[in-house]
Amino acid sequence: MKFSKLILFLLLLGAALSFLYPFYWMILASLTPESQIGQLGVIPKELTFSNYTLMFSKIPIWRSLLNSTIVAGCSTLGVLIFGSMAGYSLAKLQFRGQGLLFLLIIFTMTLPFQITLIPNYILMVKFRWVDTMAALIIPALNNAFAILMFRQAFKSIPNDLIDAARIDGCSELRIIFQILWPNIIPSIITVAILTFMNSWNDVLWPLIVIRDEQLMTMPQLVTLFAVGGRAEAQLGVKLASAVLLALPIIIAYAIFQKHFIQSMASSGLKG
Amino acid sequence: MAANSKFRKKLVPYLIVSPYLIHLLLFVLFPVVFSVVLTFHKWNIISPMEYVGLDNFARLVQDRLFWKAILNTLVFLAIHIPLQIIIALTLAYFLNQKLFIRGFFRASFFLPVVISGVVVTILWQQLYGFESGLINRALSGLGLGKVEWLTSSKVAMVAIALMATWKNVGLYVILFLVGLQSVPESYYEAADVEGANAWQKFRFITLPAINPMLFMVVILSTIGGFSLFIEPYIMTGGGPLNSTLSAMLYIYKQAFEYYHMGYSATLGIFFAMLVMLVVAVQKYAIENDDE
Repeated sequence: MKFSKLILFLLLLGAALSFLYPFYWMILASLTPESQIGQLGVIPKELTFSNYTLMFSKIPIWRSLLNSTIVAGCSTLGVLIFGSMAGYSLAKLQFRGQGLLFLLIIFTMTLPFQITLIPNYILMVKFRWVDTMAALIIPALNNAFAILMFRQAFKSIPNDLIDAARIDGCSELRIIFQILWPNIIPSIITVAILTFMNSWNDVLWPLIVIRDEQLMTMPQLVTLFAVGGRAEAQLGVKLASAVLLALPIIIAYAIFQKHFIQSMASSGLKG
Repeated sequence: MAANSKFRKKLVPYLIVSPYLIHLLLFVLFPVVFSVVLTFHKWNIISPMEYVGLDNFARLVQDRLFWKAILNTLVFLAIHIPLQIIIALTLAYFLNQKLFIRGFFRASFFLPVVISGVVVTILWQQLYGFESGLINRALSGLGLGKVEWLTSSKVAMVAIALMATWKNVGLYVILFLVGLQSVPESYYEAADVEGANAWQKFRFITLPAINPMLFMVVILSTIGGFSLFIEPYIMTGGGPLNSTLSAMLYIYKQAFEYYHMGYSATLGIFFAMLVMLVVAVQKYAIENDDE
């Protein structure tokens, strides 16, 4: 029994290493002189920042970090606010067309994005939003999944709480954000993590609507840097840009690891 | 005054959902309708739209490259999904025991899931390198031959499917783990008393418990797999010999490299219907598994 546990433990350790070692290698390689990357093992012989300095001189990576933060931050805020409003009205209010709206949300969730991608690009062209932040933020301000999450969360709150607030003269918006929000913190965290992460990692949509390097999001800039000729086939420089792209999420993951796993698992289970 | 306040009360819910409603109309419902309109037109956005009837559909039927791209995507799914289920289930099964640093294992399996596909692809492009890539170096260290991971048209899609499995498997480990943990320990103890072997325990206790998760994993990885785009875009550009050209990459190229808006919208609708059809068939197959 003890022996089989040890085997099991070693197997899992091997699996864990196969997930972690490539990232460790990537960070190390980005700090290694180009000529030595090919022989790089576990411990480096020589460390250098030259890959990073070269990358900084070629692409506006800090600017793209700022852009990504603005885009992901605004999208998340929008999804939280508008998602709670729609979720609340589905869960706690009565109005004509409620059933239809619910069906439309389900329809939106099952609709493959390949259908709406091209018309949405044309909309951006017609609105003159191509090469503006609006193209990245405004279409991302609502999300059907978030509405369903919030609807579920609000449903579990007793009506008495809302009725009492109404008697006290609270407006519906105050009820949502001041009275109910403190009661559904776990749902807020889940929606926030998922929205932020999806926005941060999205690259297809930015590739379509942004051409101006100063407005590019970080994954987009790194992608174009990696496939374009500007990295001059220098591996270390490409890897340095990939490391910087991964770093914010790795740090967030290190801190909120449990929340990340719970959020993604619950989105899988409900979606 | 009373009638007024009653009217206002009726209006409030609509005001509260209005941000979503406007958004829904503009960015979902209108695009769906417009997408259908586009399929009957030829348009490069700049010159006026030209009505072409069913030309786009006729072209789709004869577009060999599009069918190749669909086939490539199906090849990707055929490798990726079974592999992912087997690995995820194995790791979840191992993890479902009381073990030292179990949380660490879980967190490390999950790490690639949260990291951008762009990072993973740039990293694996190097791991797959022929001369100095880590994988080939390991293979030759073991006395095995080097593999042309990205330069052989037979292997490249397999390589991308392996990478995608490595990236996503952690999520499915967690989903399976939820299913496994729902089985009370007493079931296995009872089976031991009855003298059931490991396979019987797996087939009659474990499998029924994870069936809903299995369904989820198949559907999620199918939908995700059909949108395969950034990995071939960065890693191979669709090559060699179009062997990694995914359907989504082809649609992207038609729209944003050649500006064939009508045709790419037609491809998009056709492809989306294919996705929905495959998912519906999977649903049917899994739900009627027991009969």
